[in-house]
Amino acid sequence: MPHQVPWLIWLSPMFSFIIISLILRPFFNHHPKLSGYTTIAAIGISCFLSFWVLIEVLKAPGHRLEIPDIQWVVIEDGISIHLGLIVDALTAVMLIVVSVVSLLIQIYSQGYMHGDPGYPRYYAFMSLFTGFMLGLVMADNLVFLFLFWEGVGLCSYLLIGFWFHRPAAANAAKKAFIVTRLGDFGFLAAILFLFYHTGTFDIERLHSLAIAGTLAGTTLTWAALGIFSGAAGKSAQFPLHTWLPDAMEGPTPVSALIHAATMVAAGVFLVARFFPLFEHSKVALTIVAVIGAFTAIFAASMGLVMNDIKRVVAYSTISQLGYMMLGLGVSGVAVGIFHLFNHAFFKALLFLGAGSVNHATGTFDIREMGGLRRVMPWTYITFIIAALSLAGIYPLSGFWSKDEILIYSFKTQPFLFTLALITVFMTAFYIFRVVFVVFGGEYRGTKLAHHSEHKLHESPAVMVIPMVILAFFSAVSGWLNLTGNFGEFLGHGEARGLLEGFFGILGKPLPWLSLIVAGLGIYLAYAMYSTRRISPEAVGRTFVPLYTTLSRKYWFDELYERIFVGKTLVNGLFVGLEAFDTYAVDGSVNGIADKTIATGRALSRVQTGQLQLYGLFIAMGIVAITICFYFFG
Amino acid sequence: MDFPYLTTVIFLPVVAVVIIALLPQPKPKVIKFISALFTLAAFALSLVVFYLFDRSPGAIGQMQFVEKVPWISAINAFYHLGVDGLSLSLVVLTTLLGFLAVLVSWKIELRPREYFIWLLILETSLLGVFCSLDLVLFFLFWEVELVPMYFLISIWGTGRREYSAIKYVVYTLIGSALMLGGILVIYFTTGSLNMLELADLAPMTAVIPFAGIFFLLLFAFAVKLPVIPLHTWLPDAHTDAPTAVSVILAGVLLKMGGYGMIRLCVTIFPNVAVTCAPLLVILAVVNVLYGAAVTLRQKDLKRLIAYSSISHMGYVLLGIFALSQVSLVGATLQMFSHGIITGLLFALVGLVYDKSHERNLDRLGGLARQMPVIAVVFSVGGLAALGLPSTSGFAAEFITFVGCFTSTVVEGIRLYTILGVLGVVITAGYILWMLQRVFYSEPLEKFNGVPDADNVEKLCIFSFVAAIMAIGLYPAILTDVIRLGIMPIIKLIGS
Repeated sequence: MPHQVPWLIWLSPMFSFIIISLILRPFFNHHPKLSGYTTIAAIGISCFLSFWVLIEVLKAPGHRLEIPDIQWVVIEDGISIHLGLIVDALTAVMLIVVSVVSLLIQIYSQGYMHGDPGYPRYYAFMSLFTGFMLGLVMADNLVFLFLFWEGVGLCSYLLIGFWFHRPAAANAAKKAFIVTRLGDFGFLAAILFLFYHTGTFDIERLHSLAIAGTLAGTTLTWAALGIFSGAAGKSAQFPLHTWLPDAMEGPTPVSALIHAATMVAAGVFLVARFFPLFEHSKVALTIVAVIGAFTAIFAASMGLVMNDIKRVVAYSTISQLGYMMLGLGVSGVAVGIFHLFNHAFFKALLFLGAGSVNHATGTFDIREMGGLRRVMPWTYITFIIAALSLAGIYPLSGFWSKDEILIYSFKTQPFLFTLALITVFMTAFYIFRVVFVVFGGEYRGTKLAHHSEHKLHESPAVMVIPMVILAFFSAVSGWLNLTGNFGEFLGHGEARGLLEGFFGILGKPLPWLSLIVAGLGIYLAYAMYSTRRISPEAVGRTFVPLYTTLSRKYWFDELYERIFVGKTLVNGLFVGLEAFDTYAVDGSVNGIADKTIATGRALSRVQTGQLQLYGLFIAMGIVAITICFYFFG
Repeated sequence: MDFPYLTTVIFLPVVAVVIIALLPQPKPKVIKFISALFTLAAFALSLVVFYLFDRSPGAIGQMQFVEKVPWISAINAFYHLGVDGLSLSLVVLTTLLGFLAVLVSWKIELRPREYFIWLLILETSLLGVFCSLDLVLFFLFWEVELVPMYFLISIWGTGRREYSAIKYVVYTLIGSALMLGGILVIYFTTGSLNMLELADLAPMTAVIPFAGIFFLLLFAFAVKLPVIPLHTWLPDAHTDAPTAVSVILAGVLLKMGGYGMIRLCVTIFPNVAVTCAPLLVILAVVNVLYGAAVTLRQKDLKRLIAYSSISHMGYVLLGIFALSQVSLVGATLQMFSHGIITGLLFALVGLVYDKSHERNLDRLGGLARQMPVIAVVFSVGGLAALGLPSTSGFAAEFITFVGCFTSTVVEGIRLYTILGVLGVVITAGYILWMLQRVFYSEPLEKFNGVPDADNVEKLCIFSFVAAIMAIGLYPAILTDVIRLGIMPIIKLIGS
């Protein structure tokens, strides 16, 4: 394989971005479709090359390829930064996830974004994002990685605020950027800290230093926690989770790609990339597991009560990212990344399903939907597959990776296992609540008269086909690890036979436990929202404080935005500083100036115009200088 | 003698001044074309110098393109010019911004002849400061800069322009007076005005302790940079100056402070610099955080950008007095980067104001629909200012942070660096808030029919963007040159 191939994987969408923004948008704006085709072609190339790289990596000894790097900045006796790519098993898996999901979503977007005035801009940003994201998973040193890391954050900002004329979208975009940047502050500090202690930015060198024990103790722990802080910001882990639900203001395919399948998973990827560092710090690894498990249950609980289909799925994403962190924390790269891999497909599909439903009904409020199974059969079936996969129902993909996480956490962290098990129940409940409310019963849409039922329609083929492909992946992607291959590829797996892998798991008690719990969740949703044997309103009335707490999202937005940023900083401390600047600093300067002018008037009487007097002053001055020289010189 | 590159670069704008002054009744268009032509020529020639600059290891610590002619023999003063890696980057910055400032001024209608004369003289004086190797010559150019600034602000400015102009002049003059005192003490102690020799004359005794001379010089540079609490001239002057002057003021004039600190304070008094570094590093962190906090409260778009400069120049101060090889390279790169980024932002603020006649953030909004090109470029400039990777802002700040964090000279520098890094979060806050207030949300009816950038304006702002991206993607363009100038300075600190 030529060395240019991995470079081309991320540069290809970059070229697409440049072509769209410098050529297509200014000169061919009346053919907006061209930008879509350019993006799809570019990402298609990336996708093809990613599979090529995967095959090469599978063949390569130790599952890694050497790619020569490029000198970026060199300062003698100081720093030397080279930009290069790591191509190993982790990279190869992530390349497949990103390029495949991105390609399908770009195809889908042609239908979803049809007729939007910002169509070329949309595709330009999507290309840019895909380029940054593909680079992110390949970068071989911290500086390069950080460049892509911030790059995907930028694209997230631009795409959340895609409909910037809506204040909610503009606010959400800003919030997303600033909250993740708060996490990145820790990441940047960790980069400086690691460089100070090791003198290198190279990720593989850091790995070997951690493995050799040179990088150890509190230094390692702090560095790992700094990296995790960046990861927590990107992956919306508690307490930096508040931006992701608001990010749903962006177009739905953006939510599917950036805020479900890839960018938010970059945090999980980052921890996986630096896993040798985490592995050698028990404290850091435990914190990752605890934050992950807590976020999983915390976010799932808010997902129970949301009425916006995208927000339910968004809380589900935060919760599942928590699962991945838990997986990394209790077991390792293979388990966490396996869930990331499966989640990318079924969660992207859930968002595309939500987009498809929105395309038909013009709303995201599930109370305005209902009965859509009849008019949108494809959306219905694919959504069900994704929901079952998310709920962890055998033998769909979500089952396999979730089960591994549960098994390992049961072995090492029984308390976190309990949290994860409760989350399984909540997950099954909230997603099937959506299924029953949106697709079951009768259509209830009232607000939009022109969206009456006879006009409701299935989405066009360009949207449905990507959903069907994703549904296929959502069903079977988990089977890749039946023989333990996937885990072994990532350095951690037990080989077993295909049939043993597929059926053997049913002979163990733990999978049955999680299946029963998930089944109960689905049944409760069925009883409440399909047969209405249990009235949801009555449940809501019985637990008013709990319901309010959940639907107000534990008041975190108020705490952060109103109390901390608003009252304490911007309208508190900073007002004080501004007043200090205006009245104390500038005021005293002007005060001195006024005094000086007054003194000047007084002293002007000294200027008598008599030359003799001036001569006397000059003489006194010379004497003074001479004395100075005599004593000090 | 070789071709006098530096003299030509420095005085090309003055040639334009002479031509403009001699032309009988020139049309405004002609004046503008002459100004653009000569400043472009100066920029091109400075790029030639940049290209010819010797980057081999043998050139470390050597001044290049040196011109030395006896000038005032009575006091041993020379017309002595030369550039090293440090000054060369700033010369290129000055000629670039000098040309772009002419483009920014393309719509000037009030007394265009005088306006361009002052603008061109300003460019010459700035180039002179960066190229001078003789203290008297340095001081002369330093002072000459005040005259055009005063007239440009007080005649072509807005708001309280006379007040701001006087405030600027008084602040600078107090600084200059103290600097002159410092220069005189140096001269009477050593008998030399050669900036290169002074670095070798460390073991001597002066009338007042070295620390005294150090602070006399430092005060002048601290006013220019500016260092809190000497900064209050800056928001007034920047806000009330005409757009092109704000561009030059933020882009180049502030850098005179940073340049002076490195070239004189640190180079001549390395030991004093090491002793005083902890104090100055703390001031730098205050600059960064306090500047950013006050920026967040600003309601006037131009004033907001002005205050952000204070915060960003804090990184320069931090980099300089962390006193490591990498941190000084970072600080110099940050000066260049801030020059093009803030220059761009002021140019854009000027465009927004010219077209919408509004600078109050509470009354702006939704302009992205009416001026899409300006909105995009403003966003790029803003993202560069908040240090987004792949822009020069990130390259400069990152190298500065790495240099500071690994510095071994200053006690506790790592804590201060981390505090400085925190400034990046606040910067993201005010930049994104500002962009949202100006460009996002529903378009306002009162701005319907407001035009977008025209071709001259596009040429100007796209040039800025190209420079920002080029340095951001491949900072070695500059760092390979800058480090040659920094290495000998670090050797002084080591010894």
